[in-house]
Amino acid sequence: MKLDSMYQEVILDHYKNPHGRGLRDGDAEVHHVNPTCGDEITLRVKYDGTTIEDVSYEGQGCSISQASASVLNELLVGKDLADAQKIQETFLELMQSKGRIEPDDAMEEVLEDAVAFAGVSKYPARVKCALLSWMAWKDATAQALGGAEAERKTA
Amino acid sequence: MTQLPGLLDTEALRKDFPILDRVVHDGRKLVYLDNAATSQTPRQVLDVISEYYEQHNANVHRGVHVLAEEATALYEGARDKVAEFINAPSRDEVIFTKNASESLNLVANMLGWADEPYRVDHETEIVITEMEHHSNIVPWQLLAQRTGAKLKWFGLTDDGRLDLSNIDEVITEKTKIVSFVLVSNILGTLNPVEAIVRRAQEVGALVCVDASQAAPHMPLDVQALQADFVAFTGHKMCGPTGIGVLWGRQELLEDLPPFLGGGEMIETVSMHSSTYAPAPHKFEAGTPPISQAIGLGAAIDYLNAIGMDKILAHEHALTEYAVKRLAEVPDLRIIGPTTAEDRGAAISFTLGDIHPHDVGQVLDEQGIAVRVGHHCARPVCLRYGIPATTRASFYLYSTPAEIDALVEGLEHVRNFFG
Repeated sequence: MKLDSMYQEVILDHYKNPHGRGLRDGDAEVHHVNPTCGDEITLRVKYDGTTIEDVSYEGQGCSISQASASVLNELLVGKDLADAQKIQETFLELMQSKGRIEPDDAMEEVLEDAVAFAGVSKYPARVKCALLSWMAWKDATAQALGGAEAERKTA
Repeated sequence: MTQLPGLLDTEALRKDFPILDRVVHDGRKLVYLDNAATSQTPRQVLDVISEYYEQHNANVHRGVHVLAEEATALYEGARDKVAEFINAPSRDEVIFTKNASESLNLVANMLGWADEPYRVDHETEIVITEMEHHSNIVPWQLLAQRTGAKLKWFGLTDDGRLDLSNIDEVITEKTKIVSFVLVSNILGTLNPVEAIVRRAQEVGALVCVDASQAAPHMPLDVQALQADFVAFTGHKMCGPTGIGVLWGRQELLEDLPPFLGGGEMIETVSMHSSTYAPAPHKFEAGTPPISQAIGLGAAIDYLNAIGMDKILAHEHALTEYAVKRLAEVPDLRIIGPTTAEDRGAAISFTLGDIHPHDVGQVLDEQGIAVRVGHHCARPVCLRYGIPATTRASFYLYSTPAEIDALVEGLEHVRNFFG
């Protein structure tokens, strides 16, 4: 059934048991909303040099947006910025693929649990839900590390 | 099949709506319960629109050729139909716009540029309510910001009604305009017009009524309402998109200034100044939505043939049935009045902790179309401490079987996320 391709077990697990939820100390904080549906996230990043020490967040929204934030926390915390950016760009590429990308082993290695969102890319109305926390992370990172380059992007 | 007193012969009516026969997602029969967002269009309306383009298409109010005269007669004929449909004293009080939002923005802009006694400025107040659609909030916020006027509003009771207990403090001698929704698009509440109008008249304030969710569903009589302006839109009442209506009292339309300038709204133009055409043309700058207005006229013919009182009875019966069936769903909480009394056929609800997006997605997979989100009425969600709702809304072609399908669909949602 098509719906199961969107609501993968991995996604539902992250939704029910989110990783790293709650706001903790950070270098920058952003608040992003998805105006069409009202999903919201407040997200903080903490860096140690270029290493991501923590991504903490609080938010409300559908299972897709909340699970995506949980996966982001699991994937990015502890990574170096360059690696994290590669993960973010790969995730963005997958989500904008309109269901045309079938993740291969290389992509799966980069995205780990986040490949479970491949099915979501077939639902245009839900892509923004999946990208909300990732856009917030990108924005917060720009603010924390390069104030001048900080670009505000709403997912 | 469930039979309820007051129901229309939906089996016959549904034949007029080809789209209702669609199957979606590999063989699921479409159950369309998103009528508060837009209604479906009957063949009779589609035929009139195609015939217009095939036989009569021309610009209106200009040109002396056959097509121009036919197009003008059809367009102005649609105005007659609207005037009769809302019991307007004069056809010249019916202004065509592109939607209800434009109608409401037009009123706000008329008042912003008006002379005394209508002028809204920093010493005056604007009154709305907490259950307004964004289209009846934002134009007034803009007007308040630009003029310095104070924006005030009525709050809501826990059961989804307007809290009018402080009406004398909210509507005061400083109030210039009171603008409120007749039937809420998110709560379904039918508001008590008389009490608000009485107080507004006491202090000499104008009254604007957003009838977008009322005009499609019940007899609408602008004289009985005693309002000064009434706004609604065509696409929620079996008409096409791109056509809205603003009705206004004639003396106001004569006194108030135009907003959009351009062709068709003028009397004479020189390089220094212009004089304006009388209403309604004063407020219809540029080529109007011609085929859309004619389509709305055809939609009104269609609704009249059924009878607005019969449509009201049908939807009331469905709403009674729906609130009863929805009460059987565990963890379901209706946001708004929980009985069919003084309410329309749009029912919003939450389902436990399951986010409405997820509810809507799983329902969609079963062919059931509902609306999820804040329904352009975010302050209502804030008021009731919820992020969003799922909304099912019915129309003249909706059936008890579709309500049963919704209830079954919600069971499936609960199992899926349980």
